[in-house]
Amino acid sequence: MQYLEIKYLVGKEIKLELKQKYVLNGILLYLVSTIFVTYLAFENAITAETWNSLFWIILLFVAVNGISKSFVQESPARHLYYYTIASPQAVILSKILYNLFLMAILSVLAFIFFLLLMGNQVVNVPLFLLTLILGSLGLSSVLTMVAAIASRASHNFSLMAILSFPIVLPLLATLMKVSRTAMSSMDWSGLSGLLVILITIIVAVITLAYLLFPYLWKD
Amino acid sequence: MFKRDWWKYLSGVLLLYAIIAGFIVDVPDTMIQETMRNLFYHVGMWFGMMAMLITGFIYSIRYLRKFDENEDIVAVEAVNVGLMFGFLGIFTGMIWANFTWGTPWVKDPKLNGAAVGMFIYLAYMILRGSIDDVHKRAKVGAVYNIFAFFLWIVFVMVLPRLAGESIHPGKDSPPVLPMNLDPSMRIVFYPAMLGWILLGFWIMKIRVRIKRIENRILNNEI
Repeated sequence: MQYLEIKYLVGKEIKLELKQKYVLNGILLYLVSTIFVTYLAFENAITAETWNSLFWIILLFVAVNGISKSFVQESPARHLYYYTIASPQAVILSKILYNLFLMAILSVLAFIFFLLLMGNQVVNVPLFLLTLILGSLGLSSVLTMVAAIASRASHNFSLMAILSFPIVLPLLATLMKVSRTAMSSMDWSGLSGLLVILITIIVAVITLAYLLFPYLWKD
Repeated sequence: MFKRDWWKYLSGVLLLYAIIAGFIVDVPDTMIQETMRNLFYHVGMWFGMMAMLITGFIYSIRYLRKFDENEDIVAVEAVNVGLMFGFLGIFTGMIWANFTWGTPWVKDPKLNGAAVGMFIYLAYMILRGSIDDVHKRAKVGAVYNIFAFFLWIVFVMVLPRLAGESIHPGKDSPPVLPMNLDPSMRIVFYPAMLGWILLGFWIMKIRVRIKRIENRILNNEI
């Protein structure tokens, strides 16, 4: 039953996004222009280290911008309507799932633009793509939950940044560490520990979101 | 009176002992010489902060179970006292680091963990400040506190592993317990730690009582 609810809610999110194309286009333009500005600013200073740091910092900002709208783009009256017909768990899981799609697309696009403008620094491409998928999942789950918290307060756009940056750090630090390995060697050994940490963080965040979101939803 | 408040007297006695004995006890003659005595005070701040933040976490969970406003007051005041301990811990650490490492701040997972903890809980205070409705503020605050505490604990445990090397002592045991501590220092160290934790609870209780009285005045009950 909940599975069906999630399916419809994700479909609703996609329809809503396609209906308001300017929001999606805005995030895309934000992504491309940020990468272009850093490309101009860092013209002669791109090493594997800076490439990696820039990539994840840009992705973090894009994610915060893209996900912060999750709970504010629709009117409170519409939320009340969802509240009466769907379970809160289905709402949060569908938002996380939809933001996962969004982040997966945005991170692959960011990778392509990085390749075009700043050259390729990635040696182990499969590992890097795995990092992108795990990163999208992690960022979407943490930031969706923070967006839900911030949407309950006034001035939630600046709140979104101050609430999410410190919280997202364990995830981001682990991601950067894994992707740095993908830039130096084809070697997969020694990564199991980091990947376990990453997956543990993601599972824990989704569980916490699942348990805590009903309290936020019920107003 | 004494039966109920014995731990407050105990805290006072223990801290008095820690301050006096902390300055006269023999410390081993190592590279950092007499600054070793800072151990009794700097590490105590960390213990106090941990005790307060765990209390805040537990009371946030309790609030979400019963929605009793008193639980929320305890959670907030525990975090407030935790922040105070955190800042004092950073300041005492900076003084010590300036002597030991030659600079007040080094790039180290332990220090970063402490700084990030401060950011997380300052953001908690700002979040609460930006919600006007009392019940909503308590509920959203509790949700954030549980979520953030969990991720912060992960951060404090994960980051030292990622960085591999830490120059800050106490690396092998997650809570900063100096394992090979000199016996003469041990008899001061453990009572001092207990004293700081009890002092934290004392300050917290006073703040909770002030807050309750303020709330009653606001509600025109007195």
